[in-house]
Amino acid sequence: MRHSRRFPLAALVAAAALTLSACGGGGDESPAAASGPVTLTWWHNGTAEPVRSLWQQVADDYHKAHPDVSFTVQPIQNEEFPTKVPLALQSNTPPDLYQQWGGGDEASQVESGRVADLTSSVQGWIGGLGSMAQGWQVGGKQYGVPYVQHVVGFWYRKDLFAQAGITAPPTTMADFNAAVGKLKAAGIAPIALGGKDRWPDAFYYDYFAVRECSPQVLKDEIAAVKLQNPCWVKAGQDLQGFLATQPFQTGFNGTPAQQGAGSSAGLVANGKAAMELQGDWDPSTMSSLTDDKDLDSKLGWFPFPSVPGAAGDPAALLGGGDGFSCTTRAAAACAGFLQYLTSTPVQQKIAEAGSGLPVNADAVASLKNESLKSVAEQTRKASSVQMYFDRAFPTAVGQALNDAVANLFAGQGNPEAVVQAVNQAATGNK
Amino acid sequence: MAAPAPPRPLARTVHSAPRRPARRRGRTRLELVLLLGPALVLFTGFVLVPIGIAVYYSLYSWNGFGPLTDFVGFQNYADAFGGAVFRGAIWHNVVIAVLSIVIQLPLSVGIALLLDRKLKGRAFLRMVVFAPYVLSEAITAVIWLLMLQPNGFVDELLRGVGLGGLVHQWLADPGIVLYTLFVVMTWKYLGFGIILLLAGLQGVPPELREAAALDGATSWQTTRHVVLPLLGPTIRIWIFLSVIGSLQLFDLVWIMTLGGPANASTTMASYLVDHGFKRYEFGFGSAVAVVLFAICFVFALVYQRFALRRDTAGALTRAVS
Repeated sequence: MRHSRRFPLAALVAAAALTLSACGGGGDESPAAASGPVTLTWWHNGTAEPVRSLWQQVADDYHKAHPDVSFTVQPIQNEEFPTKVPLALQSNTPPDLYQQWGGGDEASQVESGRVADLTSSVQGWIGGLGSMAQGWQVGGKQYGVPYVQHVVGFWYRKDLFAQAGITAPPTTMADFNAAVGKLKAAGIAPIALGGKDRWPDAFYYDYFAVRECSPQVLKDEIAAVKLQNPCWVKAGQDLQGFLATQPFQTGFNGTPAQQGAGSSAGLVANGKAAMELQGDWDPSTMSSLTDDKDLDSKLGWFPFPSVPGAAGDPAALLGGGDGFSCTTRAAAACAGFLQYLTSTPVQQKIAEAGSGLPVNADAVASLKNESLKSVAEQTRKASSVQMYFDRAFPTAVGQALNDAVANLFAGQGNPEAVVQAVNQAATGNK
Repeated sequence: MAAPAPPRPLARTVHSAPRRPARRRGRTRLELVLLLGPALVLFTGFVLVPIGIAVYYSLYSWNGFGPLTDFVGFQNYADAFGGAVFRGAIWHNVVIAVLSIVIQLPLSVGIALLLDRKLKGRAFLRMVVFAPYVLSEAITAVIWLLMLQPNGFVDELLRGVGLGGLVHQWLADPGIVLYTLFVVMTWKYLGFGIILLLAGLQGVPPELREAAALDGATSWQTTRHVVLPLLGPTIRIWIFLSVIGSLQLFDLVWIMTLGGPANASTTMASYLVDHGFKRYEFGFGSAVAVVLFAICFVFALVYQRFALRRDTAGALTRAVS
């Protein structure tokens, strides 16, 4: 109710601001002109609290310090971005600042000619974010800036692990399979998986590939969108071998990842399964799916186990992040705001809100709970963080990969078909 | 379309001056423009033009960004029909359409005949069977998605009544998922068919039944030879709506399975969103949309020509005579 009543007002304000900015638009056309008042239309995916208020607060604060820059903040449902952004970038009034996950999506969007090249505006400070900012580059140019980092690993219930007699989180695949066996013996579903949504399936293939393929192969062949090294097939074989151990809950192919107590996150949150391979956002997803107020203290995290004898980096992690891109109309003002988003005070607020791991290392202490702090710590120590393949590849290729992996989980296809799906999609075949 | 009925002379025009008919013709034209114009503009703008644009896009390889430059002719169509997933999607639509006619239709007719009789709590029963239709398809899908989870409501119910052996992985087993979806669809749309048929039954004159009873017809004979033939037009319309609905099936599938697992429940529309929008392949997606449109359109034309014509023809004849 409160939402629906607030919406018309917000829409009215937005419309008024759009009209105003359109009227005063003449002076803002040149990207270099930072002088003169400018209103930035900001599309973000923080439709739920506390992020919704946080972004509004950040915009208000920035406006106070920089009276020339005002904002029209428009929270938009996360799932609407893939359809809204292409349309907006074709129109004459794209948002000035919008949610950007980097990788292949960003590369596709850059083709529109509307996304601003921020390379020169950010060169003074982008280095502070470390290597992860490269995920928001296209052809070596910075077209977006991340504000939080995400990392995928196993979230597990300490109570259920103890019940099954597992004393320490597994570090190798052999340990891991042994742990799965112990959990099964104790009558506990070892791993929850949201197979309906397909992208959680892909985390497993991605991780096996990160373990099997050397960092150089990952870098070169993902950039070329051509998988030739035998390690890609090997990763699929590892995955098939792992699937044969039947580590997941019953009916995992029809389970949603995040909706309801029957989702994979809900199963772990309610003690119906012992662990889940998910992003750092999982504890906050889980907390909304259970009445258990002590959930945080029961959850622990460990990275994907190492695969013995594999050529890849056993300490590399899989992840991504959330960021923003600017469009060309007000790129300079927009870039200034992005720098503000990565500054320590704002990053501390972002960390407190629990929307992800701060990209600014000085803000890690503000993370809400100990397990997240430990994730951030291990992420900083990790040799590298590989971007999820479905993001790193061009959009069509990434989706084709997810589909092919999901087929493996449903008992169809084979490791070669996964590699073939990527290579075919890369050449434009459907 | 049938030829327009000849204008019926109005009583007062019979005695009017000779130039009045011409003026009336002008007025008729004005009425046509005023009454049809707005609808025609909307229909052109929101139906015909988008179809034309979709056909145009479908000839290009286009990811939605930048101008249309990569002309590929009919390659998108060839790719769609060349892929096993899309052929599977068409097949799934056909299966749903056939199952609807074979299972939902007899069920609807049977329940409608029961509910047409005088029985206690008839209004309540009618409400109960119609209630699911009032729910939006999205809400239906979410409710059933939760109920069909392993060890969820449906499984527990089956075990509770001693039918635990029937428990399956309703949404996770590629061999079952399409039929699970069909059951949910039947739950939702049965009420619509029943209401339609009940309305049709109101049109069966009671005298005919009485006459049949006087001639010694049994209740079954009356139903079979008097009531059912008179329900023909309603049944034919229901089949039409049901087949078109089956071909366009999307919401339920998208929310409950996303077309999975392993494409076992993909429909043409879910394939279109999956491959058009989610993969930024708007040219290819347009081609799929055009195929979906063409299939629906051809079915509608053929069905109108061979099945619905006698109904509409009868209606027109009655109106004119």
